[in-house]
Amino acid sequence: MSVMGTRVVRIEDHKLITSGGSYVDDLREPELTGAVHAMFVRSPIAHARIGSIDVSAAREAPGVVGVFTADDLDIAFAPGPTGEPWLARDRVRYVGEPVALVLTEHPYQLADVAELVDIDYDPLDAVIDLDDALSGRTLLFDGTDSNVAGGKAKPFDEKLFDDCEVVVTRTITNQRVAPAPLEVRGAACAWGEDGRLTMWLSTQNAQIARDILAGGLGVDPGTVRVIAPDVGGGFGAKIGADPEAVVLGWASRRVGRPVRWFETRSENLTAMTHGRGQRHTVTIGGRRDGTVLAYRLEVVQDAGAYPRAGAGMLPGFTRLMAPGVYRIPRVEVATRSVLTNTTPIAAYRGAGRPEATAAIERAMDLFAAEIGMDPAEVRRINFIRPEEFPYTTPSGASYDTGEYAKALDAVLSAGGYAELRAEQARRREAGDVVVLGLGIAAYVEITAGDGMGESGRVDVNPDGTVTAYTGSSPHGQGLHTSLAMLLSDQFGVPMDKITIRHGDTDEVPKAVGTFASRSLQLGGSVLKQAGDQVIERAKEIAANLLEASPDDVELNVDQGAWQVRGAPSGGTVTWAQVAAAAGEDGLSADVWYGDVQPTFPFGAHLAVVEVDTLTGKAVLRRIIAVDDAGPVVNPVTFQGQRHGGLAQGVAQALLEEMSYDADGNPTTATLADYPFITATELPDFELVDMATPTTRNPLGVKGIGEAATIGSTPAVQNAVVDALAHLGVRHIEMPATPQRVWQAINDAREGR
Amino acid sequence: MKVTIEVNGRSTVEEVEDRTLLVHYLRDTLGLTATNVGCDTTSCGACTVLLDGESVKSCTVLAAQADGHRVTTVEGLTGEGGELHPVQRAFSNQHGLQCGFCTPGMIMASVSILAENPKPTRQEVREALEGNLCRCTGYHNIVSAVMEASGQEVDG
Ligand code: FES
Ligand code: FES
Repeated sequence: MSVMGTRVVRIEDHKLITSGGSYVDDLREPELTGAVHAMFVRSPIAHARIGSIDVSAAREAPGVVGVFTADDLDIAFAPGPTGEPWLARDRVRYVGEPVALVLTEHPYQLADVAELVDIDYDPLDAVIDLDDALSGRTLLFDGTDSNVAGGKAKPFDEKLFDDCEVVVTRTITNQRVAPAPLEVRGAACAWGEDGRLTMWLSTQNAQIARDILAGGLGVDPGTVRVIAPDVGGGFGAKIGADPEAVVLGWASRRVGRPVRWFETRSENLTAMTHGRGQRHTVTIGGRRDGTVLAYRLEVVQDAGAYPRAGAGMLPGFTRLMAPGVYRIPRVEVATRSVLTNTTPIAAYRGAGRPEATAAIERAMDLFAAEIGMDPAEVRRINFIRPEEFPYTTPSGASYDTGEYAKALDAVLSAGGYAELRAEQARRREAGDVVVLGLGIAAYVEITAGDGMGESGRVDVNPDGTVTAYTGSSPHGQGLHTSLAMLLSDQFGVPMDKITIRHGDTDEVPKAVGTFASRSLQLGGSVLKQAGDQVIERAKEIAANLLEASPDDVELNVDQGAWQVRGAPSGGTVTWAQVAAAAGEDGLSADVWYGDVQPTFPFGAHLAVVEVDTLTGKAVLRRIIAVDDAGPVVNPVTFQGQRHGGLAQGVAQALLEEMSYDADGNPTTATLADYPFITATELPDFELVDMATPTTRNPLGVKGIGEAATIGSTPAVQNAVVDALAHLGVRHIEMPATPQRVWQAINDAREGR
Repeated sequence: MKVTIEVNGRSTVEEVEDRTLLVHYLRDTLGLTATNVGCDTTSCGACTVLLDGESVKSCTVLAAQADGHRVTTVEGLTGEGGELHPVQRAFSNQHGLQCGFCTPGMIMASVSILAENPKPTRQEVREALEGNLCRCTGYHNIVSAVMEASGQEVDG
């Protein structure tokens, strides 16, 4: 019987709940014996020239093995005027930027020694505000004439809204947030006697990390082995390797000893990349009957101090996904990303798509409010219809499949939309202090949109067990279980006889890894193809053993054995027998899946909030979600991904923001200050199932990792605004903190 | 200084620096690495262990303060024959863990919650877990796990 689509408890769990995962700081590998401990000395100032660095006192301190600055590094850093140095050389550009590296014998000595590194900073004006950054009044980089790192302010078509009866425009902030995986960044490394570097790194992509390390250190990629041990969450912020990893590899070579590094949470909040950080100006126009005719989105992306993914990739995805689930005839998008003296911005769960959805979903509500139509109705009128797929948007995306209206109707009926609207009206009429708000978001997103491939290899071992090597690099998603389910189904081998391996570049030399919700659709599809090849080959061997023609033998997946077709009593051969007869090369297939076609998961969320009009506090009471990513391999982990996504999306709407003062000092740099969402701020999640397959990969699946994050943020934001709509409130910025909400109520009452 | 701490039913006697935190005593001195460190402000609960049966954040307790006391970590929950504690089993059954980094602390906090309130409501579980952060699960399934371990209907 097929295990596909059944609830399978994760094979990953046992170790994690008994002895705990093996995260980088847990490793006690023999190669790391005698390791020195590392800490980066980081800039406390947002923008300054470095006058001088005096490391003499630090070098004399007890337990010190080394203190290094940019002057010691004999490796080249990224070229170009805006290249990011491994360690800051003559200028620092954000609070948290690494300036020096300290190595000590004992971890408790690190902070003491770091204190002794005497750095003389000559402060410059900090560029924090986006308009200030765009003005170019203060430039971050010498040799440039602007802080713009990508894109341009397009001349817009002045006639775009000419035939519209109603046009609404507004500027909206999609604030900067911290990915904050519970495990911070960490690495441990050692150079072997064979001259190779082995680095255990908390990463989503061991192979990309290897190439970054090799490039940075100026060595051949074959000289570097990266191993991703258990990773305590990544959410996009652990893609590849950060500059720190290169410095650690260099330092280990320099001092001739293994090095280990595990940053503090405060470092993590300022020095690991942040996500989001866009300013949107939306303009939406259409007819009073609810038809939207034109949409314009102008994006200013805060890239932070150095151009990483925030410079191009993030706004690129925002542009691509700008029109969302709607058939809008005319769409214009312009994006610019601009450098500021803040932590660099890169991927965070959704990476550019949540921003696109937040903008269009807020715009739809603004349009609905302007024409006095229910937001659900406006959406229904404008949805792309099921028969229109594949659908190419004006922004250039080719959507595969979608049932947008069905998804919306499903959440509205599961949530009891009509009853909720009645309750809302009742409370308003009664003048209740605590009002009710309903927020809708309909979304579509792109997964595996990177266009890169993935690797997979399947071995049938002589004892009949199966070992699969995946290029994907799960870190909490439960992919080992999903992949083992797929192979169990394909081979008829029980799951406990299947081992999934990942994350060691010596075992899996070529791979891309995990981001962009790509792993099941690419990592799973390639294993399926490898499995098919193995089965093809096995068929011939089995035919030989059964003394039959290959055309006459078949795999009986219920028994995990080969037999002559239609004659099960005529004897069978096991996988072990087939593998044993496979000869020298064994029974194995190694496949590269290069034909990557992105898929477009979609869904609808309905959020129900209560807002206390006296205090401004908004509380999420319910969230009802459809997240359709096609057929589900394991509902357990599929739901888990949705839950996690919902929580992070709600967090952005209501709570979380990484903020800076005007001088560029982060004001939310510890977990005591950063409002990381907790169990008390979330309700139980109400999930509604839908599964619309895609034709774009052999499994028919789309990605689920980011989907729920994308829908929930605007649903909750829209709900908060909706709660106060009767007072005339049209918009509240995120996060909808009590202060903001109270201010909006007050402004509305005073007619502002 | 010398400390004597009973850890998971075993007496341990070690020489440590005065400033050694309990979490580092467990991880580095004893090699019990399940207990994790997720912050530097006593905010995340990844380091939660039981001290004389009550949950504490071991990043905020000195090994010296645990001298003469009893500590239980997730490694000590599993029975002699490897049988899982009901809370461990429930975390797996209910998919109350993803990356697993918060999990040892979450499990220990949950054991302590149930010792104090054997039949909590879902809302009570949420409130009791406020000091334990998880970035992956959205907490829903963690609450379900505690409900299952309490022998109640998961949906409350
Ligand atoms: S490590 Fe975060 S509370 Fe102890
Ligand atoms: S499971 Fe990853 S932090 Fe909780």
